[in-house]
Amino acid sequence: MKRFLPLTLLALAALAVIASLLPPRYAGDYDLGGFSRLPTLVNGRIKPLDTVARSSLLVLQGRQRVTASDGRAVSPSEWLLDMLYKPEVADTYPTFEIVHPDVLALLQLTPEDGAGKKRFTYAQLDKGLPELARQSRLADAVETPVRTPFQRAVVQLRDAVLLYQSLQASLVAPGFPGYLDHLGNFNQTVPAGLAAVRAKQAGQPHDAAAAKALLELSNSFATLESVGYLRPIPPLTGRADPRGWRNAGAALQASLEAGQLDPAMACYVGLGLAWRGYQPAVFNTLVHDYRAGLEREIPGFLRKCDVEARFNAAQPFYTSTLLYVAVFLLAVFSWLLWPAELGRAAYWLVWLAWGLSTAGIGVRMWLEARPPVTNLYSSALFVGWVAVALCLVLEKLYRNAIGSVTAGVVGFSTLLIAHHLALGGDTLEMMRAVLDSNFWLATHVVTVTVGYAAAFLAGFLALIYVVRGVFTKSLDPATADSLARMVYGIVCFATLFSFVGTVLGGIWADQSWGRFWGWDPKENGALIIVLWNALILHARWGGMIRQRGLMNLAIMGNIVTSWSWFGVNMLGVGLHSYGFMDAAFWWLTAFIASQVLLILAGSLPLSRWRSFSQAGR
Amino acid sequence: MPTILKEIRDLLVSLKLTVLLLVFSIVLVLAATLDQVNLGVWVVQEKYFNTFVVFWKVGGVSLAIFPGGYTIGGLLLINLLGSHLYRFAFTWRKAGIWLAHAGLILLLVGQLLTGLMQDEYHMRLDQGQTRNYSESFRNIELAITDTTDPKADQVVSIPERPLARLETVQHPRLPFRVAVKTFLPNSTLQMRAPNAAADPAAPATQGVGPQILATLKPLTYKADERNLPSAFVELIGPDGPIGTWLVSPLLEEPQAFAFAGRTYKMALRFARHYKPFSLTLLKFSHDRYAGTDIPKNFSSRIRLNTPDGRDDREVLIYMNNPLRYAGLTFYQAGFENNDTTTVLQVVRNPSWLIPYIACAVMTLGLLLQFGLHLTAFFAKRRSATA
Repeated sequence: MKRFLPLTLLALAALAVIASLLPPRYAGDYDLGGFSRLPTLVNGRIKPLDTVARSSLLVLQGRQRVTASDGRAVSPSEWLLDMLYKPEVADTYPTFEIVHPDVLALLQLTPEDGAGKKRFTYAQLDKGLPELARQSRLADAVETPVRTPFQRAVVQLRDAVLLYQSLQASLVAPGFPGYLDHLGNFNQTVPAGLAAVRAKQAGQPHDAAAAKALLELSNSFATLESVGYLRPIPPLTGRADPRGWRNAGAALQASLEAGQLDPAMACYVGLGLAWRGYQPAVFNTLVHDYRAGLEREIPGFLRKCDVEARFNAAQPFYTSTLLYVAVFLLAVFSWLLWPAELGRAAYWLVWLAWGLSTAGIGVRMWLEARPPVTNLYSSALFVGWVAVALCLVLEKLYRNAIGSVTAGVVGFSTLLIAHHLALGGDTLEMMRAVLDSNFWLATHVVTVTVGYAAAFLAGFLALIYVVRGVFTKSLDPATADSLARMVYGIVCFATLFSFVGTVLGGIWADQSWGRFWGWDPKENGALIIVLWNALILHARWGGMIRQRGLMNLAIMGNIVTSWSWFGVNMLGVGLHSYGFMDAAFWWLTAFIASQVLLILAGSLPLSRWRSFSQAGR
Repeated sequence: MPTILKEIRDLLVSLKLTVLLLVFSIVLVLAATLDQVNLGVWVVQEKYFNTFVVFWKVGGVSLAIFPGGYTIGGLLLINLLGSHLYRFAFTWRKAGIWLAHAGLILLLVGQLLTGLMQDEYHMRLDQGQTRNYSESFRNIELAITDTTDPKADQVVSIPERPLARLETVQHPRLPFRVAVKTFLPNSTLQMRAPNAAADPAAPATQGVGPQILATLKPLTYKADERNLPSAFVELIGPDGPIGTWLVSPLLEEPQAFAFAGRTYKMALRFARHYKPFSLTLLKFSHDRYAGTDIPKNFSSRIRLNTPDGRDDREVLIYMNNPLRYAGLTFYQAGFENNDTTTVLQVVRNPSWLIPYIACAVMTLGLLLQFGLHLTAFFAKRRSATA
């Protein structure tokens, strides 16, 4: 019976993975999938509307799922459609996460007013907005690093409200009744209005109402152009160049001059009328025809948008996270029960989870046309990927489930970190000027990140040694020796990669700034990792530390590496401070504290270690 | 050999000293990184790395609290050289370690040379402007120019140090002495109100000084700001004082005066470094990603010109692509005035090649060393399983 356990578990997990990769199915009559794959320019990148919906929701409320007040589940693309075309409905969805009690008080809300005690609708915020604007002006006057938590929360909410308003004003001008109908009649009313205006200017008799209507319409175009968030309207020619893509306001201004509505804009107007008027057939035909038109000119963009929307829906990193939890549990239990079967099941699931992450990272690289690490988010993905790859090697060599346990822990925690880093918005960002170099991203950044991953892996292996040795009786001498060999080997690996990576960084600096080393915080952080690994190796070669000392120093390596990965970014100084963040500070502190506690545990006299006192007896 | 010398030798070549020095370097680098929040990267380098001892100011007293970068780096160098000379015996098994450490020695020496020889300046060019000098970002100088001969100016420049120490300078090319009365390391200037009795009397008697109130400002250490000093300078001829001038880089124009039949101009300005060639900014471009303010690239199209006509060409300086010319590196450091002014950083670093060689040697050494470890490990496993 238990002989088939590993195969059964692998088959079940593989089925779950395959199910998650199948094309998403949408309930209802609308072709929401087709709509969500339509391309738009936002933040310098052509991306599917699906990405805009999901990343906006993450920024606003920390998750992609929307639950309407009546309990109905709203998919990200439905939410986006309501935002664009039925703002009055979108305003009733609880999509603002507010937890700071003083901010809630400012808006005259209590946690009980919100869904899940923390999510609020735009309608609920509405009357507090003037006060929010006043408070955020006060907070703006304070420099970012010295703002109080309240001021940060105010600024964050203000930015969220601005994003919301600007997204909502992407196609429909706010406060303009029947706007879509006006645009629907564009080709009839506008020429008449233009004629009336010309007649008025020439001092001839004219239709005063038509002239006034045209003026109001043209004012609304200017509003849309200045606030609209999406740039979904491709130029009439040269659509492959993102610089030509416009927002609705700009396209409408141009249409006004041409006297005829831009065809792409006409499609979005038609989609709006169909969405509002519940005409799924019209909606689906428009989506299909519009896509077919684009297909002739920018098939490359459409392919990428299709893949990206699929990738968003499949959420491979989320599935991997769950798999790593299963791996960890299976591998830990294998130390207590059925070591061969559970150990093999864990090992196979590591392969599955790692393979899925590999595919996810690969898709991101293809979408971006970049090496794997381009920002803090992708560095977290990559650190986990490399560390788990090394774990697979270790597990292949030793087959004692240590590699699998570590893979579970490191894989899970790096993906968790990545998940929290993704709350800042779209993680496929454009690279700021100096970073816009695939060669250096592929060499320096990748090598240094491999160094981080190896340093963490050594630290986590050492954690297993200390936890099993101090708190359980399961650390027998053979396991202890193999752990020591693993940690030593991985430290050597970390030394090599962090050194070469740091040096490549120096060479990049010399190539672009004319100086090899500038004592910039990020450079110093990398240097400290190199020095720390060198210290471990020399202390061991000099006989100053043995097994236990090696483990404690490797755990200390976790602190050194996490500080250099995240801590230096929190200083907010230097040429590398591209990933500044606030909330992570407390997590970093907690992590460091936990590592210090474990080092203290590891420093207990060996007679107090449960494994060794047993062996001595 | 006496025991004490033996002990010292054993200590200097020991791995214990290596580990201790590594601990010290980590503490030093960490402290220097954290202190950048307060002091900025330049002051931190002087305080922690380009020094033998790190001082900590308690009240008015400077206490030596930690060995500085030169001490730690120097001891590491002695430790490395010593242990390798002392124990040198070439074997292939050790070749990786030897190479890695030889590379490290080269790297440390290279950094020392860089610390001693590297200079950094700024060059600010408006659209269409031509310049043949760059300016220091931090250091200032008092320039007194003899403009009597319309064909050629004679410049005497007095560096910052004697000015800040309020010294009196006698230069053989000047017929007067320069006495610094007051030096404000960072300052603001404003016009005096016509009849504000509350203001202190103006120390300046000549030039624009009498109309201007100079106020001391706290020093700034921010990376993107600089200190703008002012000074009151008295010129003293053979027959007594000529007058006192207010000088400051905040004053746009040099102040002219005449003495003993010659005409002069005087200005306190950021120290200049003249080059045997000139650069003209043809066009600065600031490219953004479509529909955003995210910068994609900054670039300066520059005409490079030497007086002898040997070089007269256009160059493009952009991100990750500096101009290297005449031992200098010009890289795109910033822009001002609504994208019409470019700021180039100018670096002179004669020892720039050393890190490249050092790193190649070290990488080779580490690869060899850890490669040997790995093959030994697999060989052992194979024999164990066989």
